[in-house]
Amino acid sequence: MRIGVFVCHCGSNIAATVDCPSVAQAAKLFPDVVFASDTMYACSEPGQDAIIQAIKEHRLDGVVVASCSPRMHEPTFRRALERAGLNRYMLEMANIREHVSWIGKNKELNTVKATELVRIAAAKLRLNTPLYANQFDVTKRVLVIGGGVAGIQAALDCADAGIQVIMVERDTSIGGKMAKLDKTFPTVDCSSCILGPKMVDVAQHPNITLYAASEVEEISGYVGNFDVKVRRRATYVNWDACTGCGLCMEKCPSKKSYDAFNEGVAPTAAIGISFPQAIPKKASINAEFCMKLQKGKCGVCAKICPTKCIDFEQQDTIVSEKVGAIVAATGYDLFDWTVYNQYGGGRYPDVVTSLQYERMMNASGPTAGHIKRPSDGKEPKRVVFIQCVGSRDKAVDRPYCSGFCCMYTAKQAVLTKDHIPDSDSYVFYMDIRSPGKGYDEFTRRAQEQYGVQYVRGRVSMIYPKGDVLVVRGADTLAGTQVEVEADLVVLAVGIESSKGAPHLAEKLRISYDHYGFFMEAHPKLKPVETNTAGVYLAGCCQGPKDIPTSVGQGSAAAAKVLTLFAKDKLESDPQISRVNQNRCVGCLKCTMTCPFGAVKDVKDRAGNTKAEVVETVCQGCGICTVTCPHGAIQLQHFTDNQILAEVNALCQPEMEF
Amino acid sequence: MSARNGVLSDTRELRVVGFLCNWCSYGGADTAGVARFEQPTDLRIIRVPCSGRIDPLFIMRALVSGADGVLVSGCHPRDCHYAEGNYYARRRLELLKQFLPITGIDPQRFEYTWVSASEGARWQEVVTKFTNRIHELGPAPRMQGGSGYDELCLKQIEEGVKQGPACPCHKERAL
Repeated sequence: MRIGVFVCHCGSNIAATVDCPSVAQAAKLFPDVVFASDTMYACSEPGQDAIIQAIKEHRLDGVVVASCSPRMHEPTFRRALERAGLNRYMLEMANIREHVSWIGKNKELNTVKATELVRIAAAKLRLNTPLYANQFDVTKRVLVIGGGVAGIQAALDCADAGIQVIMVERDTSIGGKMAKLDKTFPTVDCSSCILGPKMVDVAQHPNITLYAASEVEEISGYVGNFDVKVRRRATYVNWDACTGCGLCMEKCPSKKSYDAFNEGVAPTAAIGISFPQAIPKKASINAEFCMKLQKGKCGVCAKICPTKCIDFEQQDTIVSEKVGAIVAATGYDLFDWTVYNQYGGGRYPDVVTSLQYERMMNASGPTAGHIKRPSDGKEPKRVVFIQCVGSRDKAVDRPYCSGFCCMYTAKQAVLTKDHIPDSDSYVFYMDIRSPGKGYDEFTRRAQEQYGVQYVRGRVSMIYPKGDVLVVRGADTLAGTQVEVEADLVVLAVGIESSKGAPHLAEKLRISYDHYGFFMEAHPKLKPVETNTAGVYLAGCCQGPKDIPTSVGQGSAAAAKVLTLFAKDKLESDPQISRVNQNRCVGCLKCTMTCPFGAVKDVKDRAGNTKAEVVETVCQGCGICTVTCPHGAIQLQHFTDNQILAEVNALCQPEMEF
Repeated sequence: MSARNGVLSDTRELRVVGFLCNWCSYGGADTAGVARFEQPTDLRIIRVPCSGRIDPLFIMRALVSGADGVLVSGCHPRDCHYAEGNYYARRRLELLKQFLPITGIDPQRFEYTWVSASEGARWQEVVTKFTNRIHELGPAPRMQGGSGYDELCLKQIEEGVKQGPACPCHKERAL
């Protein structure tokens, strides 16, 4: 074999702490290396041209690029190899940036380490073989998990492009958190006026199948061919017959049901439609509060329903769908603010969350848009807003900034003034974070035009005094303690990943961070892709985002789906396991351990049992390779011999540097 | 040996081999690099697709042929890119850990852990701790002389062959 080694300086990223020319010089001593050079930027056009040139000039049949992480630029250099006429799998990379130059400052030690990493790569490359991809069919349907604004956008974009969309929504209606909002910043647009038409589009689009009150039960398969099982929860109402008249909701005698849509601001009936614009506009029963389901008595709704669609016997059903791609848009949930004892820990009725306040201001909310104190129904004249409740607070393990609370607090303060012109608003804040088009102007307008008083400092405690709440805090700009008597306190509660997000991530086989937010494939360059091919992200499931960014991500995820579906056939990754039939004894341990069912048993001509890998199903994990007692099944590109060659290159008893 | 800021400085490197899964821990090591989290330079990383791809024999080979320490890292349980590869890894590696003392290798020289792609700081901590531990243990004793098999067994084998079916082990089996 004729190996060429290219050591990248990456400007000064590598060259500052690694002696790149020396690494290249030393590489020439390694077996089969016939050419080695150092280059300023290997990934640049001249850098790649130099590699192609060297391949042709020195008749190279394998290339080692010592540069950044292969997770970053492996595809780039593989394409370069292909342009030079080599098989793309005749490339190995030595990661001398993330794993060497960026983590140590000792140039001597770094240079030795870089050289050894090149040595490992070259040793493995000697055993590389050309691999060729196969093609397989794509199911051109997409599953969108979550019907918030991000999911709606992704679904509509795909559906408009002619792709069949399956949308699964956990709640009884789509719309997500945005449907609960009264107005949106910084334009003070009516939220349901701009979201409503999109929700209707979802309901009426011929290409969208909507499963509300449903959850993803199971996902198997791979990019282009996922099999999804959806659990449709029992709503005790036959939705095919329900017309959404709302008569049941009026007559239901159990009026103490928790109203999740209204954030529990006021109770609701045990049967009903969550809000007037709900899509689908179908009634459902909250089994926990239904007298018929709990005690067997009542059944008023069944008697008065004009279409006789109440079905107390209804069971969950499972639907199977085949899709080629999945968009996860599961959104967020509010942080449980009751851990803050200093804010009352949930004991004071007049301390509400921002989302509850949003429902109190909303014309379709329980107070019909009139701001009333939950305790006595009076109109509050002094409203105190407290920011960063469960954001930027290490004490409650939420060190991240939820991003949009500064803005919605400003909006709510402005709206308070609109609703109650003779009211005063105070905002306790840490920093005002308003990066966005027209955002900072808006927060200034709140202060200058609407007279909202911003106090920079934290609140140390809230305590009741008569029928008001005293908010005690610091004004760090004035350097004094302040006490404000408030009729109502609104907490700008930070966000966290939606409940069950890690569970879904496991089903999707994608990663999630410490806080349960899904991991994108690359924080800068692949913000809506995941490390699992065919699975994309949109909205707050990936991290805190405002509405425009969520919508943008929804469209971006749709664009990625459409790019995937633009091809009729997909190329399979040839880094999969392969069975040496001569060595296989047919014990089928590999079949038992494969997580994907990719190894099946076949009979050879003599009738002996042998294992065989189904190429498109194999994901290339190599669990089978370790399991096989005979080394008969080998993961291509990561064979036993290749990994042992790396170990041997690294651990030679006589090796001294 | 002196430790400054938790990072060993100015000391002879030892041979520490890391086997990292591509999706979580290799990504975590990348994240640590991008964030410029300083680490000891001793570790050399071998990338594998999944911790379930790591044959305990790779680790044995490394330890027998001169590695002073071997560190394996994969995805956290329930977070495996291949659904359950790290569970297989955990069983195999736990078994290996129990087995190492029998081979005469200090089990302290081997460790496995879970680091996700977002945990750059955790990776720095894992590498620093493990490398420091290996430095405290010092260089591994090198294998010397023959294969070991000769010295230990040859005499018994020779005796057994000489005695033929009358050797003690044959007798035991007959009983």
